[in-house]
Amino acid sequence: MNELSATFPANVSKALADGQLQYALTETGPRFVAKRAKARDALPEFDALRDQARDIKDHVLAHLDIYLERYERKVIETGGQVHWAETAEEARAAILAICKRIGAKSVTKGKSMISEEIELNQALEAAGHTPVETDLGEYLIQLRGERPSHIIAPAVHLTRDQIEADFRRVHTHLDPKRDLTEIPALVEEARLVLRQKYFDADVGITGANFLVAESGTSIIVTNEGNGDLTQLLPKVHIVIASVEKMVPTLEDATTLLRVLARSASGQEFSNYTTLSTGPRRASDLDGPGEYHVVILDNGRSNVLGTEFQDMLRCIRCGACLNHCPIYQAVGGHAYGWVYPGPIGAVVTPALTGLAKSKHLPNASTFCGRCEEVCPMRIPLPKLLRHWREKEFEQHLTPGAFRWGLGIWAFFAKHPKLYHRATRLAARVLANLGHAKGRLSSAPFAGNWTAHRDLPAPQGKTFQQMWKERKR
Amino acid sequence: MSARDAILARIKSKVAAGPDAARAATVNQRLAAHARNLIPARGQGDDAHRIRVFTAMMEAVGGTVEVLDDVNDVPEHAAAYLRNANLPAHLRRGADPLLAKLPWHRGGALEVVEGRAIDSDKASLTRAFAGIAETGTIIQLSGPESPTTLNFLPEVHLVVLEVSNLHASYEEAWSRLREQAMPRTVNMISGPSRTADIEQTIVRPAHGPKNMHVLIVRSS
Repeated sequence: MNELSATFPANVSKALADGQLQYALTETGPRFVAKRAKARDALPEFDALRDQARDIKDHVLAHLDIYLERYERKVIETGGQVHWAETAEEARAAILAICKRIGAKSVTKGKSMISEEIELNQALEAAGHTPVETDLGEYLIQLRGERPSHIIAPAVHLTRDQIEADFRRVHTHLDPKRDLTEIPALVEEARLVLRQKYFDADVGITGANFLVAESGTSIIVTNEGNGDLTQLLPKVHIVIASVEKMVPTLEDATTLLRVLARSASGQEFSNYTTLSTGPRRASDLDGPGEYHVVILDNGRSNVLGTEFQDMLRCIRCGACLNHCPIYQAVGGHAYGWVYPGPIGAVVTPALTGLAKSKHLPNASTFCGRCEEVCPMRIPLPKLLRHWREKEFEQHLTPGAFRWGLGIWAFFAKHPKLYHRATRLAARVLANLGHAKGRLSSAPFAGNWTAHRDLPAPQGKTFQQMWKERKR
Repeated sequence: MSARDAILARIKSKVAAGPDAARAATVNQRLAAHARNLIPARGQGDDAHRIRVFTAMMEAVGGTVEVLDDVNDVPEHAAAYLRNANLPAHLRRGADPLLAKLPWHRGGALEVVEGRAIDSDKASLTRAFAGIAETGTIIQLSGPESPTTLNFLPEVHLVVLEVSNLHASYEEAWSRLREQAMPRTVNMISGPSRTADIEQTIVRPAHGPKNMHVLIVRSS
């Protein structure tokens, strides 16, 4: 359920006033940008790989029905089971049925955005199972009952002091006098606490970065090794993935992997890239006895064949968040649902309806950095613009905005009046801002100038100066 | 209609361009060809080059590498590594035939046990199916020769990598992988476990091994 995207403006005000969040964002945001730039510069073929990555996914989307069938056939051939889900509810039901059948108590989980999308933890808890997030970032936000604020760094909004406080609140079996001031001490404590959980789990649930049609394989990418322990030790491994994760071959997956980690965290390659195909074999000494894949649509197929289709190329690297001035100013929670940043502003209206999330496509300066860094070359500004057009068509735009646009349209259609009005406005504003060269308040722009000054015009319009130059 | 059929029918109605047979033929051709896409030049070169690139990449992510001339030197070097790391002289390995026939007596007090890893194991030894110079990555296949728990549970993961299996890029490993049945798990591992989930600060280890030590052997 998307309840919070509708209050985006209020979410933003709250985020801007949150000192701890602002500290966390300024500390970490620039690091992502620098790391990606370094990884890109270290690989001369990087941009050419992006072109191929885009082409692979475009090919897959054009043949998605066939690839899904081929993939399903291979999963079954290798001893796995496939469950199809139209909606979040159907996906939850499929997973709960498996957990119930084997009488699962503890369920460990690798990091999965689809799991967040279908609100799986709440459903598991309600059915009497105990979900345990094992990715450190996901574990941290599970302790707080929060949603991830970033696609690959779910707890990027938290500072070490907040985490220390949470650990002391929850890990009450440990020595209250222990020293948790340094980050390695926090990581070590999480490792100790979670270690036994892997052994205790009855079911392990992971997402999938890719599903490989040729072999019926699911691929996950992690750095911690948590996703591997999650799927390796319990009796049952459940993969939850959406339809667009499909790729044809291992070679195609490899091309996408080459751009994924570099775009996401600036790593050459993630520490652990794991290919899983079916349950443990007869001769295996370890591994799960059952392997299930839940394939979720949840509105994605409706995007195919529309002007929004390109969003389905996304491999969830988070680069567009890291390079977005809006995301970096307000963080991920302000977006209100699961996917934040530019890709979130494009995906959220598609999956939860524009009426609830109409503010998100407006949360962009159209600076274009998201498209510049997207490894899949998704034209994010264009997609955001399409949503704004839809918003206008569907009469979701506020009255004052439509009224203002109407006035502007009138003047735009009457150039002589337009020039006279802009000349007057430029002169008035220049006089008002004469002393400082900028305006700390301006008529009709109070909301804008509340957070920054408006640069004062020089006194002449562009058209006037153009004429003078020509002479 | 089942969810499966509804989803597939909807997708088809949105994307299908051209006759079914032609679309299926395109997919069949693609799945059969295993065509390689662009492969970065970085890893391409002779043994010395691949060893150099692999070592640099592995060390950059916190792993360590030693190059041995003879695989029979592995027991001594493994024992020395554990001694220097202040770990017990105890090693868990899978049923790999190459590892099984090594002269383990040359490891001194080193005790070598076969099987899957258990919680208390401090160190494991595996033989890599492949190494990839491009990013300093090793590839392990699950099976009795190399149970997957060996890659994740112990504190230290020692890996024997034969130069003949050290490839420039992943694609060469995929071609070899297709010569056998797909195992349950293929692990591509680049260095020890890490996390940057707290304030973007890299800490090792997270949940997996805290060190990965690769013994590259020139002859086996």
